[in-house]
Parts: sequence; C-alpha cells; structure tokens
Amino acid sequence: MAEENKKLKIGWFSFSCSEDSTIVFTELMNEHWQEWKKMFDFRHVRVLKSKNIMDEFDIAFIEGAITSDKYAEQLKEIRQKSKKLVAVGACAVQGMPAGQRNFFDEKQKEEIEALIARFAALPKVLRVSEVVKVDAEVPGCPMDPNIFLKVVNELVAELKS
Amino acid sequence: MHTLDLTIENLAKVEGAVSVEIKVSNGKVEYVHFKAVDYKRFFTNAMEGKPIAAIPQLLARICGTCSNAHILCAIEACEHALEIQPSEQTMLLRYLTSYGLMIRDHALHLYLFVMPDVYGKDNFLDFDENKPEEHQLLHDAFDIKAAGNFLSTLIAGRSVHALHPTIGGFLHFPEKEGIGEAIKKLEEIRPAVLRLIKIFEELPWRFDRKTNYMALVSERFGFLNGQIKSSNGEIINESDFRSHLERIVLPYSQASAYKHEQESYMVGALARINVAKDLLHPHTKESAKTALAIFPSTNIYHNNLAQAIEILHSVNDATEILSGREFTPEPVITKPPQEAVGIGVIEAPRGTLYHKVELGSDGIVKGGEVIVPTGQNQVNMEEDIARLVEESLSTKSKEEIQFEIEKLIRAYDPCISCAAHFLKVKWE
Repeated sequence: MAEENKKLKIGWFSFSCSEDSTIVFTELMNEHWQEWKKMFDFRHVRVLKSKNIMDEFDIAFIEGAITSDKYAEQLKEIRQKSKKLVAVGACAVQGMPAGQRNFFDEKQKEEIEALIARFAALPKVLRVSEVVKVDAEVPGCPMDPNIFLKVVNELVAELKS
Repeated sequence: MHTLDLTIENLAKVEGAVSVEIKVSNGKVEYVHFKAVDYKRFFTNAMEGKPIAAIPQLLARICGTCSNAHILCAIEACEHALEIQPSEQTMLLRYLTSYGLMIRDHALHLYLFVMPDVYGKDNFLDFDENKPEEHQLLHDAFDIKAAGNFLSTLIAGRSVHALHPTIGGFLHFPEKEGIGEAIKKLEEIRPAVLRLIKIFEELPWRFDRKTNYMALVSERFGFLNGQIKSSNGEIINESDFRSHLERIVLPYSQASAYKHEQESYMVGALARINVAKDLLHPHTKESAKTALAIFPSTNIYHNNLAQAIEILHSVNDATEILSGREFTPEPVITKPPQEAVGIGVIEAPRGTLYHKVELGSDGIVKGGEVIVPTGQNQVNMEEDIARLVEESLSTKSKEEIQFEIEKLIRAYDPCISCAAHFLKVKWE
C-alpha cells in the first residue's frame, strides 16, 4: 500500500480526435510497461481499465479538441483535480484537424449546420489552451513519441523532487 | 427482474467513445441504443475542395488505430479514379503494411481489452509478474505488439498515420538490415501467437447468432483486393458494394448503421475466417489446425479466436514476403487528373472498409463517402445485446448483465473513432 501511494497518479482523457496519441501511448508501452507499471498509478485511463477513478491526478494528459460546452466543463474539472496538465497531439495543442470545420467555406458550413445544432456542438472548435491553463505540450499528429517521453521524464523529476 | 434501465457511459477498453442505453419493460427489451458519443469531425465534408494527393493523409485522421487501413483504402480509391495500376512490389509493400497493422491492432484488442475479462481483472497492467502464466502473457502482449509496430515502421514509416505509402507507390523502401531484423522479430513471436490462439480456442464463452458474414476475398488472404463474398453465397464486385448496402440513420448516435438486402450482417475477423479460411498461409493452416476446424462459427466470441489466427497468418505471410525478395526503389506512378469516381474497398482489422472519391478534371475532389466496419456491425450488436439482456433477466443481477454486455461488445471489437467522425447525414 505504501508503495502504491508513492506512485504518480495518471489520468488520460480523450476529447474530439482520432485517439491516435492513445495508440502511440500503447505502443510506447511495448518498451516502457515494466518501468511505468512500477512508477504510475493509472487512475483514469479508459483504454486500459473500466474502474476509473476521478479524484486527483499528478499528471493529466489531454488528447483531442474541445467541441462542446460539456467537454469544456469536463476539461475544467480535470484541470482543477490535476497538478500538471499536458496537451498531447495536434487536436489538443492546435485544435486541428478535429477543428477543420472552423475553416469550412459557406457551402460546407451550411451542410453541417443542422448537425452542429442537433448535438449542441460549439460553433468554433477550441484547442485545450483556449479553455484551461496547459503546463506542457506534446505536438504532432500523432503526438511525437520522443517529445512525450521527454515531457514525462521532466514532469516526473519535478513532481518527485 | 422485469424492468431495467441500464446506461453504460463511456464504455472502457474499446476504441473510441461509446455509450449504451437499454430499456426493458415487462421482461421485453424496448430498445438498445449503441451510441457513438464523441462529436463529428466532418471528414467527408472536408474532402471537398482538397487536391487528390491530400486525401489519403486526410482520411487517415479519421482513426488512430485504423489509420493505416484508411490510408490504404483511400489510396486504392484515388488510384481507381486516376486509373493507376500499382506495381507488384508496391502491392507487396501494401500487404506488409496491412500485416503490421493487423498484428499490432489485433494484439491491442486481445490483450489489453479482452484478456482482463478472461482473467477477471480490470486492467491488463494489473496482471501479476510473479505468477508464471500472467508474467508470460504480459511479455507476450508487448512483444507481439512491438513486432507489429516494428514491421509497420519499417515498411510504412509509422504505425499510426503512415508516411511512406502514397498514390502510385511508396516514398521509401525498406533496407536489408531492417528486413533481417523484422524477420527475426516475427519469428520470435510465433510461439507467443500460438499460445494466444490456444487461449481463445479453449475459452468456453458462447453467444451464437446466425447472420450473413461478409468479407473481401482475394487469391491470397491479404486483406487488400478481390471480391466481396458472403456466407449466403453472394459475390459482389468492389465497385458495386455500396449499392448493396442500405444506410440507417440513428437519431440517438453520432454514427449511422447499414443493412444488406434489408438484413443485418457482420464484417470482421470472424467473417473473414468463416468465408475464406482456406486461403490462409499454409503454415497457419498447419499450426492452427484444431482452431481452424471450429470455423465456420456462429459464436461471436470466436471473433477473438479469428483475430488471433489472423495475427499468425500475418506473421507467416509477412515473413515469407520479406524472406523471398529485395525491395528496390521505384518511381511513384503518376497520371493526369480526370473527371472520375474511384472506389476503394479493403479489409481493415475490424472488417470491410469502403472509400469513395469523386474527382474533378482539375484534380480537386468534389466529394466522397466513407463506410466503416463498425457501422456495418451496429445492427447486429444492438440485436445481440437485446437478446442477451432478455435471456439474462431472470438469472443475473444488473451488474452481471452489464459485465456480459461489455464482454459481448468487446468481442465485436467496435471502433467508435471510425464510426463517429465523418458522416454526412441529411436530416429530414
């Protein structure tokens, strides 16, 4: 139990995106699973487990763009519960390509208008930093695995110090 | 229990965001809603106005885990529009791209999503390294995934949103050293894949339903070309596939569903092994003889076994292709644009994937359509969930029913990232 308490609490959350960074994360696990199993308490990671706990996180990773008020509220709640928040992948960092409708022409906008209204999506897709404070970013589509590892190592060192 | 309102929000250990809503009154299921819950990203609208060269990389972004399948399917659609005939070497590199994808994607599903249910755990990483059986599974899982990832990276540049495959050929060719390493890694994981097949061969889970199984069947079990065949005996050309499907709008979901000849049908590994097991690599047929004798099967849980067998086929055929030849740089084939419609149909890990590209004579895309496997399996899944719930009401608790539903959905291996993000639905 004591050892469990020392582990860093990790959350991984996906908003509007292809979940490609989640896949890169599961591929990085091929090399790092033994180290991460000892180091991290994967507290809320839907790709790994059903019994997810939404209490507090040392590091929350956010993938995807924010496309609705509901997502914005969820993101604010995660921010409030997390010491560090990291935006991973192009949709979270830049809002693209999930936000490609922001750049549609009038004809294309007209085609999708009814669906935006029906599902109460935001008129403009937002990147994560437009909604909450972001402590670190991992760009790339999908996220760059080397930058991800660098960011993780730096945050682990900071949180353990 | 005669009434039940059950909502499973954001089902875990599947690809993408899905919720399930079930309502039961007087012992009868009123409805099952399998809902894609993420918001649309409008990929088919975004195709309009783009140059054709941009289409494969654009459509890859529909889905992370299936991205290389979307690239291969979009390339085929674009090449059909441009009347480009890829070289023999290009086709072999595409088979290898597909095999890398099948190995890593099926392994992700079987170990990280399904294996916790088999062993009564919540999380694959909770498996105990001090117990020999669980220790072996942990190592097998990540070794198999790593070999698939290595093959994808060697051939296609990346296992997610591959960089090398393009319209008319490849932009980079694997070197001898990497090929040798890939063969070594693939040979090393064969025993692990055989252990995986044994687990799913011996697993006693059953849920039978008779349905029509459909898959693209080619001369070699290679996922990329041929004709669509069904267990009912139909044969459909790729270019005619769409006219055999009827779209069903689901008002409660960000996705829509499809029927064939007014009936539900199933695509995916179970469908492929059911209609084409004779085409598997000879070494696969030999090594998985007892497992293959089970097929054709109507047990949905045998979709897991079929995936494990497909990992073995991918390992065997990839090893043969890589061992048998060298890859030499070839120029990319180009053709001038023309007014045309191109259709691409391939087998993605979860089943038959369809892309349509409408090209203008200026090389600019005017529109398109994408139909993914999960949309085709949706009606089957909802009908199966309804029957499972009705059969379990008198014997199981709400929690047990929920667990059984999740297990059943995972057996289909749905991909909601694919299902939710591209549909161009016209509301009445």
